[in-house]
Amino acid sequence: MRKLWRSSTQWGAACTLKCMPTPLSARNVSHRFGNVIALENVSVEVAAGQATALVGESGSGKTTLLRCFNRLIEPEEGDILVGDKNVRTESAVLLRRGIGYVQQLGGLLPHWRVLRNVALVPVLQERSDAEDAAREALELVGLPAAQFGPRFPHELSGGQRQRVALARSIAARPGVILLDEPFGALDAISRSELQQSFDDLRRRLSVTTLLVTHDLAEAGRLAEQVVVMRKGRIEQRGSMRDLVHAPATDYVAHLIERARAGLEALVS
Amino acid sequence: MRKTPIVVAVSCALLLSAAGARAQGAGRPIVVASKPFGESYLLAEMFAQLLESRGFNVERRPGLGATEIAFAALRTGAIDVYPEYTGTGLVAILHDTLPDAVAADPRAVFAHVSQRFEDAYQTRWLPPLGFENTYAIAVTKTTARRFHLSTLSDLARESPHLTAGFTADFIGRSDGLVGLSRVYGLRPRAVRPLAPAVKYQALASGAVDVIDGYSTDGLLARYDLVTLVDDRHFFPPYEAAALVSQQLERDSPSAIATLTLLSGRLDVQTMRQLNRRVEVDGEDVKRVGSDELRALGLVGGKQPTPGARSSVQRSSFWSYLWDRRATIFSLTMRHLLLVAIALAAAVIVAVPLGLGLERARRVAEPAIGTLGVLQTIPSIALLAFMIPLLGVGVTPALIALWLYALYPIARGTYSGVRDADPDAVAAAEALGTTPRQRLLWVRLPLAAPVIMAGIRTAAVITVGAATLAAFIGAGGLGEPIVAGLALADTRMILSGALPAAVLALAVDGLLAVVEGLIAPAHRRQRLWERHDRLTSPGGASG
Repeated sequence: MRKLWRSSTQWGAACTLKCMPTPLSARNVSHRFGNVIALENVSVEVAAGQATALVGESGSGKTTLLRCFNRLIEPEEGDILVGDKNVRTESAVLLRRGIGYVQQLGGLLPHWRVLRNVALVPVLQERSDAEDAAREALELVGLPAAQFGPRFPHELSGGQRQRVALARSIAARPGVILLDEPFGALDAISRSELQQSFDDLRRRLSVTTLLVTHDLAEAGRLAEQVVVMRKGRIEQRGSMRDLVHAPATDYVAHLIERARAGLEALVS
Repeated sequence: MRKTPIVVAVSCALLLSAAGARAQGAGRPIVVASKPFGESYLLAEMFAQLLESRGFNVERRPGLGATEIAFAALRTGAIDVYPEYTGTGLVAILHDTLPDAVAADPRAVFAHVSQRFEDAYQTRWLPPLGFENTYAIAVTKTTARRFHLSTLSDLARESPHLTAGFTADFIGRSDGLVGLSRVYGLRPRAVRPLAPAVKYQALASGAVDVIDGYSTDGLLARYDLVTLVDDRHFFPPYEAAALVSQQLERDSPSAIATLTLLSGRLDVQTMRQLNRRVEVDGEDVKRVGSDELRALGLVGGKQPTPGARSSVQRSSFWSYLWDRRATIFSLTMRHLLLVAIALAAAVIVAVPLGLGLERARRVAEPAIGTLGVLQTIPSIALLAFMIPLLGVGVTPALIALWLYALYPIARGTYSGVRDADPDAVAAAEALGTTPRQRLLWVRLPLAAPVIMAGIRTAAVITVGAATLAAFIGAGGLGEPIVAGLALADTRMILSGALPAAVLALAVDGLLAVVEGLIAPAHRRQRLWERHDRLTSPGGASG
């Protein structure tokens, strides 16, 4: 197995850039941790190839909802559909291999070189072109494979590590990618650069995207649909324009006001 | 490749048990043992030489723990004969009290003890060797004069002003301090437990005022001490005799007859003189034993040349070690074998155990805590517990060492795997790895340094604990340590202790190399990176 990413197979003839985008759907989902309500009758639809952002404070249930889609959490009630399949009937392991995932602190395996990290899912799928897929994914996130592939994660900057995590999540060309505060731990410049790269990338791949963030501006920049959550319920769902012009609740209005104040503080 | 260590461990175990099996088979040697003090060594050596001179095949197991260990070994047939004392048999083994009239008569006590041993344990006392070795409560001449001490009653009167230094054995026994306090009202200001080898020095230096000795001790004379009279006849008679196992009596009457040749041949003066040669002059036990057997006309051969005796004394410590290099080497190899087998078995059990507990965290802390409690049992006590179950020799020693090694390894494995980079583990799970893949690809490699730290700790502990295995006859570097302690021979102690220390360092160093080889790749790489920076600047910047 180790041989796989040491051998120098010819680069990428069989790779197709686009994948089949998959719609996502959560229907009347409820979940509790002990006595604490994490999700209460939540429904969200993400159209194939579109991006949706879940926005809210810590404890709003946004991460819990995200983790329902790859069965890291089994909700007590309601249905989760990935494409036309109810995730409950799927093998969790196989389901996850078909869904990209990026978490806040990358979660790269520190003892594996970058190329091997990126090749993880294709290898799990026992694809013979795993190494080529990994190289291509690295190039897609702006890291030349020849230069970065042989390095260890600790030899990269924080932004580069997040790019590698992104490459790893798309190396197997999933139809869906889930991102949990992917840029939250980065400095402002890296974050902005990475947001731009990611936006380009997901449009190019037309991959269905579900993004968790506490940053309303990031949500507006990256997603067609924004879902504001609070205490396990949905406050409002719509485009950023809808939220700004017609906030459904005081809480949404307050969030928008705060984001606007932050921006104005910058220019004044 | 991966199976090599297991194969090695198993073949080592087979080797050891084969060696054990040979001892148990047909034409097996007569196992002659002793307790860990000078006189016992000497008498056992004389038994052994006497048997050898009559053509018997003999195996020596000197320095077995204490009375309980030696007697348990005899009863289970692990040994065939060792020197014992009637008073010890009466009080420490039978736990009998006799009417004063009987207790005062050595013949009557011997008759009683030998009858009761025959009935209760089917072991036989051969006729006494001819001398008594009772407890001798001793003080320095200065102390005796200052407090006007000549009897134990005098001592009891003054005891609140005096500090006692007694052997641990004596403190705990009902024919020791417990009984003395009851009969005489002895209440020393403080009681310090002392090893037999150091109590005379402690007395001479004034650290303690009164000690327990044996009436035949060579050291009583050397330090010019006053032995206090047992004016209330508290101590029973301690007649020395060979105590023989049932199987030797059954299988080899001629061996019994041979051993009986020594009965009645050793008197107190002779014994004191012989003990003095061993304990004070530092002469070799073998030599003193053979001299005496020749003097008694029990073995033939010419008298040794006088003068050879003192040359042993003058030789330096290093030449002493050099002379014994073959012995030390074979003891070291045996020690290493004990450690290797115990450690390998502990790794085989404790690593999977740690992994299992990581998946059952509710029971993990109690389970590992239980192993930790084992760690607090003193090694010598654990070894003593093993005897009724497993006899003496290699098996109980291996099991005790194995038990000690479990805790650090299980703890290291559990903690290492539990705490392995949680972000990496979570990401691996979210991307569709199976639990087994996460374990083998992520958690075990990342936990390797912590697991290895546990194994290294266990290895060093085991090298140290294995020296105590000598108390139950498992051999190894503890043998010269135990013998040296018994004979107050510092050089002999060091000839075991120094190689043991070197062995501990060597084993730890070897495992450090192993640790380097199995460290997670990025850590190994850092070493190279450092190397690169030295040779080609900027090699890893990025």
